[in-house]
Amino acid sequence: MNYEGWRGFESGTWVKEINVRSFIKHNFTPYDGDDSFLVGPTKATEELWNQVLELSRQEREAGGVLDMDTKVISTITSHAPGYLNKEKEKIVGLQTDKPLKRALMPYGGIRMAEKACADNGYTIDPDIKEFFTKYRKTHNAGVFDAYTPEMRACRSSHIITGLPDAYGRGRIIGDYRRVALYGVDRLIEDKMEQKETTRSTMYTEIIRDREELSEQIRALGELKEMAASYGFDISRPAIDTKEAIQWLYFGYLAAAKEQNGAAMSLGRTSTFIDIYAERDLKEGRYTEEELQEMVDHFIMKLRLIKFARTPEYNALFSGDPQWVTESIAGVAVDGRHMVTKMSYRYLHTLQNLGAAPEPNLTVLWSTRLPENFKRFCAKISIETSSVQYENDDLMRFHHGDDYAIACCVSSMVVGKEMQFFGARANLAKCLLYAINGGIDEVSGKQVGPSYRPITSEYLDYDEVMQKYDDMMQWLAGVYVNTLNIIHYMHDKYCYEKIQMALHDRHVTRWFATGIAGLSVVADSLSAIKYAKVKVIRNEAGVAVDYKVEGDFPKYGNDDDRVDTIAYDIVHRFMGHIRKNHTYRESIPTTSILTITSNVVYGKNTGATPDGRKKGEAFAPGANPMHRRDTHGAVASLASVAKLPFRDAQDGISNTFSIIPGALGKDDQVFVGDIDVCLDCGNGACGTPTLFEGLDDNAKE
Amino acid sequence: MIGRIHSSESFGTVDGPGIRYVLFMQGCPMRCLYCHNPDTWSLQGGREVSVDEVLAEYKKNQAFYKNGGITVTGGEPLLQIDFLIELFKKAKNMDIHTCIDTSGVTFDPHDAEHMKSIDELLSYTDLVMLDIKHVDAEKHKELTGRDNGNILAFARHLETRGVPVWIRHVVVAGYTDDTDYLHKLGAFIATLSNVKALDVLPYHNMGESKYREMGIKYRLEGTPSLSNSKAAEARRTILEGMRTAKK
Repeated sequence: MNYEGWRGFESGTWVKEINVRSFIKHNFTPYDGDDSFLVGPTKATEELWNQVLELSRQEREAGGVLDMDTKVISTITSHAPGYLNKEKEKIVGLQTDKPLKRALMPYGGIRMAEKACADNGYTIDPDIKEFFTKYRKTHNAGVFDAYTPEMRACRSSHIITGLPDAYGRGRIIGDYRRVALYGVDRLIEDKMEQKETTRSTMYTEIIRDREELSEQIRALGELKEMAASYGFDISRPAIDTKEAIQWLYFGYLAAAKEQNGAAMSLGRTSTFIDIYAERDLKEGRYTEEELQEMVDHFIMKLRLIKFARTPEYNALFSGDPQWVTESIAGVAVDGRHMVTKMSYRYLHTLQNLGAAPEPNLTVLWSTRLPENFKRFCAKISIETSSVQYENDDLMRFHHGDDYAIACCVSSMVVGKEMQFFGARANLAKCLLYAINGGIDEVSGKQVGPSYRPITSEYLDYDEVMQKYDDMMQWLAGVYVNTLNIIHYMHDKYCYEKIQMALHDRHVTRWFATGIAGLSVVADSLSAIKYAKVKVIRNEAGVAVDYKVEGDFPKYGNDDDRVDTIAYDIVHRFMGHIRKNHTYRESIPTTSILTITSNVVYGKNTGATPDGRKKGEAFAPGANPMHRRDTHGAVASLASVAKLPFRDAQDGISNTFSIIPGALGKDDQVFVGDIDVCLDCGNGACGTPTLFEGLDDNAKE
Repeated sequence: MIGRIHSSESFGTVDGPGIRYVLFMQGCPMRCLYCHNPDTWSLQGGREVSVDEVLAEYKKNQAFYKNGGITVTGGEPLLQIDFLIELFKKAKNMDIHTCIDTSGVTFDPHDAEHMKSIDELLSYTDLVMLDIKHVDAEKHKELTGRDNGNILAFARHLETRGVPVWIRHVVVAGYTDDTDYLHKLGAFIATLSNVKALDVLPYHNMGESKYREMGIKYRLEGTPSLSNSKAAEARRTILEGMRTAKK
């Protein structure tokens, strides 16, 4: 190969096969310096950003949506090019022909698409509605054709909630870097070869593979076409930073045009792009100002990504999130940290454009990251509260050094692993079903199996645990099988063509389940074990409330008596999940990460034996219940840290807020100036750490 | 060895360097007007813990305390000096950074037995945060109910022994905020060569509700909380006093 785009790069396996990780490994330059090289926004950046702010203001005033497509079904090539200001934009491309105009995506479900329009004051074109009702089946329609009555009952009683059966499942990250590194033609060639070499006996799996590969090849062609409409020929590799960002962004944009997924994450792109930037700086092709401008414009585009959604969807996810997650830094398996200047530039956009929740900039944190970068992260966090941190030391062990986060915590190797997103099972409600023999405590209906209910006045720990374990086994079964249907239908009717085109031929699929209400369950079982819990039943004999007599250890205080219960629940539930067949040889995992939907789950759940009232919100993710952690942050974090990651490999989240004052004192206020007065000159008398905050005055 | 504590905090970030395990000891002989922990006064309250329990708790989460350590505060921690000696002795064996946050009120240079204990404790102590409530003897008594003679003597003793010290001072409007007084405080601090930091804290009235709950009269009722900028200003004034005294 002798592409212009590859000049000066060190070759490796990546030249012979599609292998971005190999390219990065051979070419990236770790950066140990500080943030002093960074530059502010250019005039064009400021003008464009003001334009976005103005549009966002208009969007808010219009009630949340500025404009919607009601007629054009969104595909990679459905829309003419759209711009903010063509002359000023260094990176271009919009989801539709206008900024913040939301696309129409009916393949997930026509009713959801119709409702998203209607709830925002728009009416979907009647022909489209008819077409997707009578002539073209959707994912949603397929799912409901296959659901059993039991699955439907679990769905409406909210013991399983948030299922992606009427909207795009998301959580798939295409390796958008491939577009930049190889150009689309090479990727098509690769996919053609894959198709030519499938097995020739037409088992169902082989037929499906061949059909999917054809779809992928078609999508890559459309990607090229879309880029061409913006005036770019992306059939060849990108030749510099500007093209690399642009090519990569076109790849992402194609996905966002095609799928309204529950999380449309970007991947791990900063260190990849940095390789181009380093070469350009060496060649004198671009200045730091120009590079930062490209990054600012790129991030600005990501901030404009929006989808048409219903108020219910927004309530479930607390807002209108896109989860354009970008994973930054981390450590390579060869021991080098992967912080580059581009890691700084990405984070610096929060200063140049101001704080924002999207894209969800996520630092893969390791104790081995360079000190300067850690300081910079802390600074940006303090200034903007917009950075997410995840434990690279933990995830690298399982996923190596080229994984990225989808959504908020789901880790997957870019281009090699994907996930079937599976919402959550409400384990708190499951506990109530165990007590009530499968009768829903809110509706009074028999939803679960009619096992014998608990009839005693006070709850007995061993009896409850035994029944709870049985009920969890039942729930895991219905849950996994519900998801099997969902993912079968999603593949069939709403296949992520372009995203899967940017994956390897053999993809590891994670079958993601999830748990809601863990801390409620742990505290409830602890109350039953260590205090006395009296059951209050209604006239129908259904337990609807509980009276706790005495105190009990609460999860979130680093107390093993209850923390082991939390551990045990996760371990047991995952064990039950694993007993089930999972679609497409996927590997089951679970997550404890209801970052936003904990309010909705709580609303639909009756009173629990920990003293939580009916309808009261659950704690988010793996958090201890609100106000029950009384031993300070470390104790609270320690309880969460005991949960078994190998049983919850899709992620464990802990939402943690702290007032700035509680994070320590301002060094300057604290130790500044003092050495002057003591005539010891340069502070050599003190412990060095204390004097790090000294300003210039102090050195007079 | 058993000690009596009010509570512990696993994420202490304002009582010494780094993230610290903070032990609030029970019992205090002072009755500072602005005290925000009246629930630590009684020698009877709180709960008992052993040195080994404290260290076990610390060890469990020591990864968090890499740049921190243990701080004992209160209450007046030096009231339980024997407990502190054993705790710190064992802590130093484990290479833990040790810090005492004290008013110094129990110090008694004329009690040989006590001095022996103090010196043993200081030999295991990496940092003392000495809270000087007021340098003026009369005013000190008014503010805390106790004399400050031994407190200032303790400050000097710490200097003699070369123990690193952070001076803490709470600024209360109408009590400890006038310029002359702050200069005087600075002049005193200037005589100490072992002071590594000066921590000037603005008075806040968040403790008031505790008084209500405990049925004790809050004597600073109506005194407004001090702003951070006022505290910073007071700090500058103290530094001024230090500079003048040095010249």
